[in-house]
Amino acid sequence: MMCCVCKEKPATVHLTDIKGDKVQKVDLCEECAKTKGVNDSTFQLADMLLGLGASHEIEQSAGGADVKCPACGFTQVDFKKSGRLGCPECYVTFAEGLESLLKSMHKGTKHTGKVPNHLRQKRDLSEQLNALNKKLAKAIATENFEQAALLRDEIKQLNTKQAGTSVVA
Amino acid sequence: MDLDKFLISVADSAHRKGPQDHIVMSSRVRLARNIKDGAFPGWAKKPERVRVLEVIRPAIEQLPEMKEAFSDTMDNLTQLDKQILVERHLISREHAARSAGSGVVINPEETFCVMINEEDHLRMQSLRPGLQIRQAWQAIDKLDSDLESRLSYAYSNQLGYLTACPTNLGTGIRVSAMLHLPGLVLAEQINPIIQSVNKLGLAVRGLYGEGTEALGNVFQVSNQMTLGEPETVIVERLEKVLAQIIEHEENARASLLEKKPKTIHNHIGRAYGVLANAHVISSKETMNLLSLMRLGVELGMFPTLHSSFVDELFLLTQPAHLQKVYSGKLSAEERDLLRADMLRERLKPVSRPIAKPSGPPSGGMDKAGKP
Repeated sequence: MMCCVCKEKPATVHLTDIKGDKVQKVDLCEECAKTKGVNDSTFQLADMLLGLGASHEIEQSAGGADVKCPACGFTQVDFKKSGRLGCPECYVTFAEGLESLLKSMHKGTKHTGKVPNHLRQKRDLSEQLNALNKKLAKAIATENFEQAALLRDEIKQLNTKQAGTSVVA
Repeated sequence: MDLDKFLISVADSAHRKGPQDHIVMSSRVRLARNIKDGAFPGWAKKPERVRVLEVIRPAIEQLPEMKEAFSDTMDNLTQLDKQILVERHLISREHAARSAGSGVVINPEETFCVMINEEDHLRMQSLRPGLQIRQAWQAIDKLDSDLESRLSYAYSNQLGYLTACPTNLGTGIRVSAMLHLPGLVLAEQINPIIQSVNKLGLAVRGLYGEGTEALGNVFQVSNQMTLGEPETVIVERLEKVLAQIIEHEENARASLLEKKPKTIHNHIGRAYGVLANAHVISSKETMNLLSLMRLGVELGMFPTLHSSFVDELFLLTQPAHLQKVYSGKLSAEERDLLRADMLRERLKPVSRPIAKPSGPPSGGMDKAGKP
């Protein structure tokens, strides 16, 4: 079997990558494997699978062990020890380092599930407001002032509603 | 409040029925939540944990689902009571180890149980007999929605519900079912099944969850990933996988009976023999033998018995439940003696297993022990 990159030398490094139900196979010669950095990445993969690299991950990308959560005083070292974070704010403090960790342990890095009701309402409201503002701009541009006046009132109403919900939130 | 008086009796608890309960013993959905201000329980100092508990506990007690609930702080419960709750699968072993600053709230039907200040501020669970994970999800979803209007959750648009451990981030959901799989174990098919379930991103664990042995051929199957897909997708995936495991277990039982009837009858007959005649028996051996007896009941080898008879013994012979019956703290050796006494007594009226379950019931002979 020939190396699939240089197509000259025999392949001695065989990689299999399984994502979902897709299987990808790559065959490389030793030189190409080195230049592509395959050896390093396989080590990282193994680390991740075994959970060994998890604590390093957060340390490296978030600026060393000195970073401290301003809200609770939690540090990288503490995370290394317990595998748990200190407080909700830690997710902001250590965001950068956490991203690759999250990628390795979850389906994605963006929440797509349940949203607390008051946030959902707020989100719906701001979407509505956006749409109305666009309509208003269009009405003014076409000098349709009668409609613009109606839209302005509607926007005003929604704005007071939004102010009300954010007080509760 | 007295926990003994509150909890459903072991007999009633074992008699609860659910779909597919010849294999699925129970279903559970748990949500992890934290409130906005304050460190997670593992990092918070005791006064802060107590403050959080005092905010959360009344909010839960006021929920319509929690009318006349049992609610207490962990420092108020005895070691034995905590152990009882673990054996009933109402709280985790980690939570049982906690004391002041942590609490537990359970509704009278034992379909909801909320742990306060376990690993997260809130670990709320919905529990159902048999295969009912969708119903369990719907129930806990409603409880959570009721609670979110009373508490301010830590939530981010990007990462969802924020949890102490990044593994629970996003939905904070853990959907799980407890499965009795003696057929797959006896047919030596359990390991490939576990491996393929693992490949789908699901975890297979022992009787008491993380890091525990699969005693009594009982396995817990649950999701691991919580971020990047909605709760309903996670629930559906688990439903599909569970349906397949159930089918495999049914096939394993049928083919064992067809191809190796002697092996099966031997296992079950010996299990009955030991349970009905032993004078010293450990909890581990009891669970493994009761598992075989439960299989015998399902295969029709004990025509007078229902699986709830075995489930009741399964619970009654656990260390804490045994100590409750004999009211007092017992050493492991004393427990092994009393456990054997209890089993002999309970199995006295039970006739030995019949070896030809497929044939017509042989009438009088087998019912001889029953009045």
